[in-house]
Amino acid sequence: MSTTPIAFDPRALRAPHPVPGAPDNWRRFFTFNTDAKVIGIQYIALALLFLLVGGLLAMIMRGELITPPADLVDPSVYNGLYTMHGTVMLFLFLFPILNGFNNLLIPPMIGAPDMAFPRLNALAFWMFPVFGVVLMASFLVPGGPASSGWWAYPPLSTQNPLGLLINGQFLWILAVAISGVSSILGAVNFCTTIIRMRAPGMGWFRMPIFCWTALAAQTIQLAGLPVLTAGAVMLLFDLSFGTSFFKPEGGGDPMLYQHFFWFYSHPAVYVMVLPVFGFFSEIFPVYARKPLFGYHVVAIASFGIVLLSLIVWVHHMFTSGTPQWMRHVFMVTTMLIAVPTGIKVFAWLATLWRGKLWLTTAMLFAMGGVFNFIFAGITGIMLATVPVDVHVGNTYFVVGHFHTVIFSTITFGVYAAIYHWFAKFTGRMLYEGLGKVHFALTFVGAQLNFLPMHWAGLMGMPRRVASYDPEFALANVLASLGAFLLGVAMIPFLLNLVSSWVRGAPAPANPWQAIGLEWLLPSPPPAENFEHDVPTVISGPYGYGLGHPLVADQARYESRLKEA
Amino acid sequence: MVDSFSGGSAPALDRAGGSHSPGPEHEPGHGSAEHAHGGYNLTGFVIFLASESLIFAALFAAYIVLKGSAPLWLPAGVEGLEVRDPLINTIVLVSSSGVAWLAERALHRRQLVRFRLWWLLTMAMGTWFVVGQAREWLGLPFGLGDGVFGASFYLLTGFHGLHVITGVLLMALMLWRSFRPGNYDGGEAGVTSVGLFWHFVDVIWIVLFALLYLWQGR
Repeated sequence: MSTTPIAFDPRALRAPHPVPGAPDNWRRFFTFNTDAKVIGIQYIALALLFLLVGGLLAMIMRGELITPPADLVDPSVYNGLYTMHGTVMLFLFLFPILNGFNNLLIPPMIGAPDMAFPRLNALAFWMFPVFGVVLMASFLVPGGPASSGWWAYPPLSTQNPLGLLINGQFLWILAVAISGVSSILGAVNFCTTIIRMRAPGMGWFRMPIFCWTALAAQTIQLAGLPVLTAGAVMLLFDLSFGTSFFKPEGGGDPMLYQHFFWFYSHPAVYVMVLPVFGFFSEIFPVYARKPLFGYHVVAIASFGIVLLSLIVWVHHMFTSGTPQWMRHVFMVTTMLIAVPTGIKVFAWLATLWRGKLWLTTAMLFAMGGVFNFIFAGITGIMLATVPVDVHVGNTYFVVGHFHTVIFSTITFGVYAAIYHWFAKFTGRMLYEGLGKVHFALTFVGAQLNFLPMHWAGLMGMPRRVASYDPEFALANVLASLGAFLLGVAMIPFLLNLVSSWVRGAPAPANPWQAIGLEWLLPSPPPAENFEHDVPTVISGPYGYGLGHPLVADQARYESRLKEA
Repeated sequence: MVDSFSGGSAPALDRAGGSHSPGPEHEPGHGSAEHAHGGYNLTGFVIFLASESLIFAALFAAYIVLKGSAPLWLPAGVEGLEVRDPLINTIVLVSSSGVAWLAERALHRRQLVRFRLWWLLTMAMGTWFVVGQAREWLGLPFGLGDGVFGASFYLLTGFHGLHVITGVLLMALMLWRSFRPGNYDGGEAGVTSVGLFWHFVDVIWIVLFALLYLWQGR
């Protein structure tokens, strides 16, 4: 489809002009703004704030665990701490920050002016502060916050000893429910945008891998979240309205809740890791100066992961009285997940192979993330094996594995994405020196924090305890030191973000000489991206070193950036 | 809760939604025809409905599992559910899908008056269903707390009833909009979406009726 270029004023590209009528300054981040780029930054900033909250909770826990007896906090407070730490990190940090990147990246990457439903998008974002406040408010209610772990298994989660309607667990379910509604609205929006609003010429197999993985992750949201919602509604009724869906004494079945919970919450890990696979797939070609190895296979493997992710959930229940035949089936399906993920890992390694590596902070975080992911993948296969799982289930081995995935892989990927795209969306360069300090501290801190957990777990240290046998002391001291180091690592990171955004060097349109539609826009991109002048895509992504243009009339788009 | 939000707002929140005359800055950059903008609405709504259907799938699965495994099912003194009145209700609700289809056909032929009449009849039939459901609830000898049987009966019928009420409200919104001049210049995605929602609610009810009323033995 051909579009007539309209009269072009280079001055229009200099400043990020927000939607008409909205204030063109920091205040727009505190309004009901429908611009996906504003919403993206809103998501990311608020999610980073909750990362600090979740990190603070983690450091209190590690402070408690640095000595064997329960001396720093009361064991019942400790139960609330790990419940809230998990909930905050998943529902208030990782899901929102990845939605932030979906908002920032999807429209420019596919050449769309905005999301398909901008007002729905803003509505979904503004639910985030609401459920954030609801969850934080649970610290203030009598009886304290939810204390049944982030799984909220009954019968623990249906206890209401004070008999109050508004209790910590009630607020927890409410927050998770609002978060679920927000995520569904987001998923509908992201899927519609990717399916319907791609630039002319951008067929499915010319789409950047991040869009593939975002679509795959949002498909999981659409398939899994309704099931969690059904379980959460029944749990709420059991907790507050006297029903007995999950209470054996009333004819209910507590195992049913576990099925509902894990049917969503295992795939939820893929909802978080798939976009990060997208980040890796975007970042490696740029800094290795080579095309992504096996683009088609990497794209399709995303949906392989989606299909398999929906049939593995019972591996969380190997020790919950699951019938033997089910254990066999779910052991096999879980191990099969290693095939599409392994394909991706080998594709990244092959992309790096004999590349001319440019070790920017983004590249360091991406390589560190893949390094950690390989380790987490191996322990994942161990945990999928029923005899190993029966041995280490509910020990620190599981905690170590999970954090190697959630922090050392996913959060590393998020950091890599921040360092890679910060310049594009703020118009300012981050300081590489501070970035490398951040990387070094984070990498060492992560290993120190999470590796000893595997060791403690193999020795038999149970998870979710405030006190433990002194034989586990060394592993816990190391882990605590690692946790505090990760806390220290936040200082150069936040300093870098704030000072760069305020007074960093102005960013050129394409500081990393990357190939992609978003790099044909100025930094920061104007409110409606390409507006009426959407380029026609004429080749696949990642054409590094191939010498062919990405879009028709590429010289015009590039010269336009120089004028600006 | 989920649907009242998105179902109600999706037709109104489209970035180039039919009846909201959009400024030039709100048109997608790659020149798709005007009627295609409403297509975003329909795409989004179909995706949403597919997701929403899984909540019911999960609740149905829970019902089947609980009914199959509960040591006690019917509370003491309860024989089962009366089928006659709910069956009449079912017939009304299911046939209202056909009436909604007639309304959509009339709109497609630009017979606005006929559309509004059929649409009103659909709303009336939906309201009849909700009233009948409420009357049934009031006459039942068991409550929400009476075992898994009572809890799942009220949860399933109540959750479905909320969808019927949402559907009637959405139809009222579409009826009100039909009086605005030029409402259908950008396509009929709103009415099509609500029509789809209504058929969805009916299909869910057929499964629900079979599970709750026809499958009474164990």
